[in-house]
Amino acid sequence: MSADIALRHRLGDLTLDAAFGFGETPGVTALFGPSGAGKSTIIHAIAGLLRPDQGRIVLHGETLLDTARGFSVPAAARRIGVVFQDARLFPHLTVRANLLYGWRRAPIRAGGQNIDGVIALLGLETLLARKPRTLSGGEKSRVALARALLMSPRALLLDEPLAALDAPRKAEILPYLERTVRETKIPMLYVSHALDEVARLADRMVVLNAGRVVAEGSLFDVTARLDLFTGAHRLPGAVLEAVIAGHDMAHGLTELACAGEILVVPAIARAVGDKVRIRIDADDVMLARARPESVSANNVLPARIVALREDGPNADVQLRLKEGYLVARITRRSVERLALQPGTEVFALIKSVTVGGREPG
Amino acid sequence: MAAMEGFLTGAELEALGLSLRIAFVAVLVDLPFAFAAALLLARRNFPGKALVDGAIHLPLVLPPVALGYLLLVSFGTRAPLGAFLLEHFGIRFVFSWTGAALASAVLTFPFQVRAIRLSLEAQTPGLAEAAETLGAGAFDRLVSLHIPLAAPGILAGLVTAFAACLGEFGAIITFVSNIPGETRTIPLAIYTAIQTPGGEAAAARLAALSIGLALGGLVLADWVGRRTRTFIGQ
Repeated sequence: MSADIALRHRLGDLTLDAAFGFGETPGVTALFGPSGAGKSTIIHAIAGLLRPDQGRIVLHGETLLDTARGFSVPAAARRIGVVFQDARLFPHLTVRANLLYGWRRAPIRAGGQNIDGVIALLGLETLLARKPRTLSGGEKSRVALARALLMSPRALLLDEPLAALDAPRKAEILPYLERTVRETKIPMLYVSHALDEVARLADRMVVLNAGRVVAEGSLFDVTARLDLFTGAHRLPGAVLEAVIAGHDMAHGLTELACAGEILVVPAIARAVGDKVRIRIDADDVMLARARPESVSANNVLPARIVALREDGPNADVQLRLKEGYLVARITRRSVERLALQPGTEVFALIKSVTVGGREPG
Repeated sequence: MAAMEGFLTGAELEALGLSLRIAFVAVLVDLPFAFAAALLLARRNFPGKALVDGAIHLPLVLPPVALGYLLLVSFGTRAPLGAFLLEHFGIRFVFSWTGAALASAVLTFPFQVRAIRLSLEAQTPGLAEAAETLGAGAFDRLVSLHIPLAAPGILAGLVTAFAACLGEFGAIITFVSNIPGETRTIPLAIYTAIQTPGGEAAAARLAALSIGLALGGLVLADWVGRRTRTFIGQ
């Protein structure tokens, strides 16, 4: 179960030259990068909608494209599901007929997805008789996702499926996406330039910049790197995995076991033992040389500085926790005042934690 | 038809029936070719495309009499093409209602091509890509996507072409003459009535009939258009 992609393509100013894999383990690989990085070109080439100048695509051992041999499987025969940003539902068909469009055309040996199961998974029971014109943006996204699932795809490509939606609609769709990821075993490539989506859904990350792969690895490792993005494209902070350790109902708090320490966050409605993803933004992390005694911050983690990177008046500091990484953004003056350098032992004071995300596995 | 007998004479009813038959045959024969031409112009770029586009639209600007003359020199029984068709297939166009249908078909071809082409060009290209990833090949996409989405254009083209067929005069009279019961459609019958002393009343009745047909056609076209647009979800 894996896909190997190697592509070279010129498109206007962009020269795409990217090689990466996804789907070695079931789950989501995020294809992450600023707009214009070549993400959509890659999706179109994998789906067979664009023929790259040079390239090789192998999916589960089957060659789909090999320009060196002049070989290319047509898009209609690749059985790679695509969920487009604009949903692309067929306007003349009902929701039900849209859902069955790919299902009817899937080969019998594909086994056939359980139609009622997918309809229930995405909560489409009441929409089946309606025409796409009458659906909200969020409903259209769910129908598009269900339609792609029902074709029994060998891999699923999601091309910024939430980018056209406003924040409330995104919040409405994300739980459905999380359920889909959890309950299907289809390898997924999720294109996005929004870290909050990636942090909730992805296990692996392929970072693309100006047509090249600049990083590839686990979500937790890649989000803690300092060298990938600068300026406007800077990542807001590291993603960590945590387990619900207990609830403090009297104070409305939940305790999370994370990186070998306990973090206290506002109460979240999850059972003890559940795994959650948390994001700690670099701007919400302060550093101290000694363990501070009288501070309001609840969360103080011992850490060791791995790397520093100056950025204007600020400096990003990569920190190694007992398990995993954290990034802090402080001023350069603080770096000098505290004499921080790689190897320095510090304490990270965490002001705020963003909790969200599925339990892996 | 029976209800019309108090209003129209037998010969006039014959002209009405002939006009309708010629128009029906002409638009239906045109439809597949018009769709193919529209698809070609909407989807493909090729050298000489402007020339093909121009040739298709030529009947719109050419004098119908000139077109009738061209048909006569091509399909006349002594012309090479006409002689070939007569000898091998027994098909004769001159002095026959089929010739009138051929003339009408050639003249109204651009109406159908234009209407269908517009509806094909209005389709979002992304839909075809989505259908492709869902496993639909080229012919499949044509049947399941392009033709249904072009339905408003197809119907609009059919109705417009049908109405234009009913008004055709110059090409028919030049190509297949003015034969009662064979090629004398409503416009030719009006012309004949005006040429005949005391035929003003008949001309007026036929003119009124033409107006009725045209109005009915427009109302029908509007209704059908709205229904199909709803059907395809616009």
